[in-house]
Amino acid sequence: MFDLGKYAAEVAYAYAATGLLLAALLGVSLHRARRVHRALTAMETRTQTKGRTDG
Amino acid sequence: MSLWEYANPKRFMQVSDRLLPWCAGLTALLLTVGLIWGVFGTPNAINFEATVKIIYIHVPAALMAINAWLMMLVASLIWLVRRHHVSALAARAAAPVGMVMTLIALITGAIWGQPMWGTWWAWDPRLTSFLILFLFYLGYIALWAAIDAPETAADLTSVLCLVGSVFAVLSRYAVLFWNQGLHQGASLSMDAEENVANVYWFPLLICMGGFIALFVTLVLLRTRTEIRNRRLQALIARDRMM
Repeated sequence: MFDLGKYAAEVAYAYAATGLLLAALLGVSLHRARRVHRALTAMETRTQTKGRTDG
Repeated sequence: MSLWEYANPKRFMQVSDRLLPWCAGLTALLLTVGLIWGVFGTPNAINFEATVKIIYIHVPAALMAINAWLMMLVASLIWLVRRHHVSALAARAAAPVGMVMTLIALITGAIWGQPMWGTWWAWDPRLTSFLILFLFYLGYIALWAAIDAPETAADLTSVLCLVGSVFAVLSRYAVLFWNQGLHQGASLSMDAEENVANVYWFPLLICMGGFIALFVTLVLLRTRTEIRNRRLQALIARDRMM
């Protein structure tokens, strides 16, 4: 049943392009999520520490 | 419980934290089953031969390209009417996902069109309206990035979203409005006679479910990031004033 015949390249290119685009979107989303989470945690810690010191 | 409770950022973060792993798992399951079934378990079509297997990514991506914009439209209207920040941030989070879906639909359509139509691109009503939708996504993302004041950015992007909705609807119904295009009608319909054959229909439905789950997963993830980023910017601004 699995025989792509003369259009194997077209099918492969379509799936490869989709895979690349979705992987890039997922990668960028996860990378930014981690970066913002880390920065927020650091900022909250800094704000709490500063609050205690000022208080 | 009122739906509007989820517009509270803290409540949204709690609920989305619980939902996210389930959505990601569902995405992986549906896409794995749908794509394996579609690519390896269905025969080549008589008219399209093996290129019919592109349908399992092209149709779901096109579906999400349009519906992502419609989701952004609903979120933008909620922002304009009720001023819930989470809805504006959800619309912002959905835009890159919708843009990538539109790009996938355009690229896979071009790859399919070359052997079947004999051309990568034609100024067909549906193709052209999809290209315009893609440009609207780019403009929407650029507008968010260009304006520093978050409320002004949310207002202006919401208005842009309303205007762009015309093209989102147009890209869905372009084939019906103008009959002279190359692009065929809908592959799926409530009318069984218009549907693709059952052998392709069931895996296609699963793939569409997979793309919907993928969209929800990515929007939840990205909205959580936008909410955290908004809080981070507020803390930075407060820190500068102290």
